[in-house]
Amino acid sequence: MHIMEGFLPVKHAIGWSIASAPVVAYGLHTINKKIKENPEQRMLLGVAAAFTFVLSALKMPSITGSCSHPTGTGLGAVLFGPTAVAPIGAVVLLFQALMLAHGGLTTLGANIFSMAIAGPFAAAATFRLARSARLPFGVAVFLAASLGDLLTYVTTSCQLALAFPDPVGGFAASFTKFAGVFALTQIPLAISEGFLTVIVMNALVRFNREELNSLRIETGQEAQT
Amino acid sequence: MKRYQNLILMFLVVLLVVIPLWLVKCPAPGPDGKMVEIFTGADDKAKRTISTIEPQYKPWFKPLMEPPSGEISSLLFALQAALGAGFIGYWLGSSVTRAKIKRQKSKV
Repeated sequence: MHIMEGFLPVKHAIGWSIASAPVVAYGLHTINKKIKENPEQRMLLGVAAAFTFVLSALKMPSITGSCSHPTGTGLGAVLFGPTAVAPIGAVVLLFQALMLAHGGLTTLGANIFSMAIAGPFAAAATFRLARSARLPFGVAVFLAASLGDLLTYVTTSCQLALAFPDPVGGFAASFTKFAGVFALTQIPLAISEGFLTVIVMNALVRFNREELNSLRIETGQEAQT
Repeated sequence: MKRYQNLILMFLVVLLVVIPLWLVKCPAPGPDGKMVEIFTGADDKAKRTISTIEPQYKPWFKPLMEPPSGEISSLLFALQAALGAGFIGYWLGSSVTRAKIKRQKSKV
């Protein structure tokens, strides 16, 4: 989902940066507030950030014959809410832009928007919907993480289609092309991300039940304690 | 079922990674004799898509620093993953120990 350095026209680069900056700032504020209220949640925040570090470094093969990587943002979005993930994603993307020439500074705003804002918001919304539809906790976590991952790549496709509309077919034709590259490749990876998130969440439920309760996350197993 | 859930999920993830490696075959070299590369990054493919849609587009900014080779960039990616995995390992280890101590205390 990384849009390469310099590959967004100036106006788009600035626009996406302006859109992302306040969310990252608000996310920092949310994290500070949550940690101040419940210092014991620091460990959980660390796990969520570490999960994003691992997953976004893993480039996995897909059935389309190209490689891409999961985002790992769904876990944090379910635990701490979508805005808290924005600064975490920003750190990862900044590291990759500066050290790896993967993504870039001019495209940082757009990449933060897709990976650390659009995806996490989709994940958190999916989780709420799934839980209010009385789906089991594990299924809700799986759906949230997978759809959040997939939506990140759909967002990237939208951003590129907006910047480079097809001369004949316009936005729609261009979107189909980019989605063919990104979203299609991402489907098996999104499923993998869903499974991996459930595995980590299972461990959290087992070992950190009190912290989860203080985040008001209902795992459906409260009665057992 | 619940007991084996994590193992089954891990197995499925491995399956999802292995199946593409097994299914996607490298196509025969084109007429120019150049080998077609498979499993390249989707980001690079998007870059090529941009140049087919708008051939005259030129990137207006260059990365400040580029890893000098593929080896170096895989080093940095491994470093990123190791940092994350290291923390998760630390958390898991301390959690298991904490649970064990709790159990022993409640036994006594």
